Amino acid sequence: MNQEQKRSSNRMALSGPDVQRAISRIAHEIVERNHGAHNVVLVGLQRGGTWIADALAERIYAIEPELTVPNGSLDVSMHRDDIGIRPIVPGAISDISFDINGAIVVLVDDVLYTGRTVRAALEALNNFGRPQSVQLAVIVDRGHRELPIRPDFVGKNLPTQMGDEVVVSDSGVVVTSEVSS
Amino acid sequence: MKHLRSIGELGRDGLEQLLESATHMAEINRRPIPKVPALRGKTVVSLFYEDSTRTRLSFETAAKRLSAETMTFSVSTSSVSKGESLRDTIETISQMGAHCFVVRHKSSGVPWQIAQWTNASIINAGDGAHQHPTQAIVDCFTVRQAIDQPFFNGVNVTIVGDIKHSRVARSNIEAFTMLGARVTVVAPPTLLPSQIGHWPVTVVHSFDEVIASTDVLYMLRLQSERMDQGLIPSLSEYGSQFGLTMERAQRLQSSAVVMHPGPMNRGVEMHVDPSDLPQSRIHQQVENGISVRMAVLFDVLARDGELQQLHEEVSA
Repeated sequence: MNQEQKRSSNRMALSGPDVQRAISRIAHEIVERNHGAHNVVLVGLQRGGTWIADALAERIYAIEPELTVPNGSLDVSMHRDDIGIRPIVPGAISDISFDINGAIVVLVDDVLYTGRTVRAALEALNNFGRPQSVQLAVIVDRGHRELPIRPDFVGKNLPTQMGDEVVVSDSGVVVTSEVSS
Repeated sequence: MKHLRSIGELGRDGLEQLLESATHMAEINRRPIPKVPALRGKTVVSLFYEDSTRTRLSFETAAKRLSAETMTFSVSTSSVSKGESLRDTIETISQMGAHCFVVRHKSSGVPWQIAQWTNASIINAGDGAHQHPTQAIVDCFTVRQAIDQPFFNGVNVTIVGDIKHSRVARSNIEAFTMLGARVTVVAPPTLLPSQIGHWPVTVVHSFDEVIASTDVLYMLRLQSERMDQGLIPSLSEYGSQFGLTMERAQRLQSSAVVMHPGPMNRGVEMHVDPSDLPQSRIHQQVENGISVRMAVLFDVLARDGELQQLHEEVSA
């Protein structure tokens, strides 16, 4: 960030405990929507979604202790539609060590924005198998969709400007906006 | 990067980046359907003026797994046999919309020459006795995997064989030392280049002297024409002094890594069957070849391809 030319303002949209509560609620909603968790698998999108998928797996286990929900991660950089337009460095390594054929896959990410990452993830999932259905869980839906994609489970709908930066961590959700001086 | 022509041009940062990216590609290769759309719409031309099995197939497989189009240029059935020049061939294929040439040629420096005649990226798949950078990256990747550490500080690499005529030796010595390894070369004096004194290697003429302290043993292929040139007395004489025999294999550390770029001459430099050798990583080298070449193709064609073009347009 170039602090000298552009002033920016930070605002805390959700506190740390708010994020934890949102994760707990989404865990309950996933179990409710799918009548239990027996056929559910979680796939966190690298990199922002993986810790949230881990947390969701823990909460679901607390709700339905008779089973452990399989939890994997997916890196979509090779499936993006902006390869060559901006530099893309393969970020992290996908790890889906369970069969997704016939499963209910819940994709998990921190922020839903244009929807392009989710599109890439849907395509990448095809290489691993054919799920019964795919659902999407995000902590923040910040709007500005460019594709017909909508989330099934949302922590918070957060109106933002296109230039804003939204950072989700376990200590809260911070929105950084540029302020024209 | 625009081209991959030599390890020196790539540099240590570039090498590390490609090794990192190759681990990512290796995961794609483990998927039930090992194919991603990353290089859709790009065309890769393999242009092999010298014979090759694994390098060419490895590049073509890598290109296909990234969804690039591939064109194969086969010298024997092309207009080269009617006397078409290298330059005309390159310019013709460029007009068909090639984004990348994968080139192997018997003359050193051809990849640099070709780069002057086309806007496409050039990947050197072996030029004369000069460079074979993708093989070196594959081998670094294989060593990393085998010893499970990213850098090779304190690792003793021994390269045995025809150092003088080997492009693999040149690229590998550069790459291994970049990552911190100590490299020793073992060869008869007639198969050492005259400038060997300037290379960052220790020269030894006796294989038996170094085998027990070797962590990574790299066997080079001996081309039989070296005998006709009088550089070695006989193939069996060479084999007994510089081949990997059963007796030598038994003196290897159990943690050692044995590699060979292929194709192997059984009974010349390889007397043991690699499948009987627990230290052999020769099959992994082939497998890793695809992941590493995917990383190279992706880097050359996608990572900053268009940005580079933009730079060139701006500075033009």
